Amino acid sequence: MHASLPDANTLIARLADAIAPSLAPDTLIVGIHTGGAWVAERLHAMLQCSMPLGTLDISFYRDDFSRIGLHPQVKPSSLPFDLEDRVILLVDDVLHTGRTVRAAMNELFDYGRPASIRLAVLVDRGGHELPIRPDFAGLVLDVPEHQNINLSRLDDGHLTFSIA
Amino acid sequence: MNPQLTEDGRLRHLLTLDGLPRAILIQILDTAESFMDVGEREVKKVPLLRGKSIFNLFFEPSTRTRTTFEIAAKRLSADVVNLNIATSSQTKGEAILDTVDNLAAMHADMFIVRHGQSGAAHFIARHVAPHISVVNAGDGRHAHPTQGLLDMFTIRRYKGEFHNLTVAIVGDVLHSRVARSQIHALTTLGVPEVRVIGPKTLLPTGVEQMGVKVFHDMEAGLRGCDVVIMLRLQNERMKGALLPSAQEYFKFFGLTPDKLALAKPDAIVMHPGPMNRGVEIDSEVADGPQSVILPQVTYGIAVRMAVMALLAGGTA
Repeated sequence: MHASLPDANTLIARLADAIAPSLAPDTLIVGIHTGGAWVAERLHAMLQCSMPLGTLDISFYRDDFSRIGLHPQVKPSSLPFDLEDRVILLVDDVLHTGRTVRAAMNELFDYGRPASIRLAVLVDRGGHELPIRPDFAGLVLDVPEHQNINLSRLDDGHLTFSIA
Repeated sequence: MNPQLTEDGRLRHLLTLDGLPRAILIQILDTAESFMDVGEREVKKVPLLRGKSIFNLFFEPSTRTRTTFEIAAKRLSADVVNLNIATSSQTKGEAILDTVDNLAAMHADMFIVRHGQSGAAHFIARHVAPHISVVNAGDGRHAHPTQGLLDMFTIRRYKGEFHNLTVAIVGDVLHSRVARSQIHALTTLGVPEVRVIGPKTLLPTGVEQMGVKVFHDMEAGLRGCDVVIMLRLQNERMKGALLPSAQEYFKFFGLTPDKLALAKPDAIVMHPGPMNRGVEIDSEVADGPQSVILPQVTYGIAVRMAVMALLAGGTA
């Protein structure tokens, strides 16, 4: 058991505090489905961003498509803005191998050429397989390879972490 | 065992909508929804089928279907080869399976097959190696599943649900593979009332057994409909004894504004194309506010992308 695993809301507040000082007012926040979109939604409100929130479903960009096929529930990506030459804050719940982030960056570039992309994650759990590191992390935690760390959303909107 | 599904219930080939589970139909429609915005982005492609080779095998001429399959495959980043076989080696007498074997030897991953004979796509599907998928793009009078799916996608986009609809299919049901695929999909998706409307000579005997209501009077059949699907009347049918003349057909079964007024005020009008204006449909209706005939074409690309993506995934 990880008694040390903090409450997700505390982590989101910590992450928002870390991001706030360097956040340009016209930064576009983009969350990766599903957990990253929840976190992005909260950050978007806490950081009082004026731009609309974006969400990405990276199913069409996964590198394991030919091995495992299409995710059973693909959601449309929603980027309600032109991201050409804009600063993007990409948000995910957990950084593990880095493959999801790579897929997300590939997808973003098919919408245009952003000025820069920064990465914010609630938990960096280690196990990276690509040269991808977060610019902001709520928590850095060494989770053994055989364990999974999952963010889920309760009916009341409360976010909670579990390790299994 | 359903030859279209893998042992664990995933789509392996798409040959007919007959017997395809509701969950798979919904999965295809939902996936197509996700592909809708790809055509509007700066880069109109996703990399899913990068490195895959898709062969359009058209033993029967078609412009729209072949083109939308080609666009769909290209938006998925696949390589596409079009073969109009009516004008190539088939005229030299090459057997259909020899053609398929030759293309498989060129490392084909998927065949999109259109053929005048019912069952041609099934025949090829039974023959190909396990990693190759076959999509039926129309076989004889039997099935045209991607057209049926894009029609369901269109209905869902405009009407939201299936369980409260009355849908009429009007015209030459007897010779229509499109109508068969539509009826299977509509009943599987839970449409409570599917009607077929047409002269006795153009409705198959025993069509009631497919779960539809039969009308020979267009006015009665259109009353209260949410969706009106017009079928193309093929000119060659006029040559036989089935119909007196195009004018006569239009008088009784052509969709005019007056007849459409009998359906619900918000009813949509669909047609798989190509239309015979002034035979099965009046131009005023085809180009009117209730027509969704051109959106059907656009949706056809997203639906075909969904089918190809679901077939090609998880095969390595």
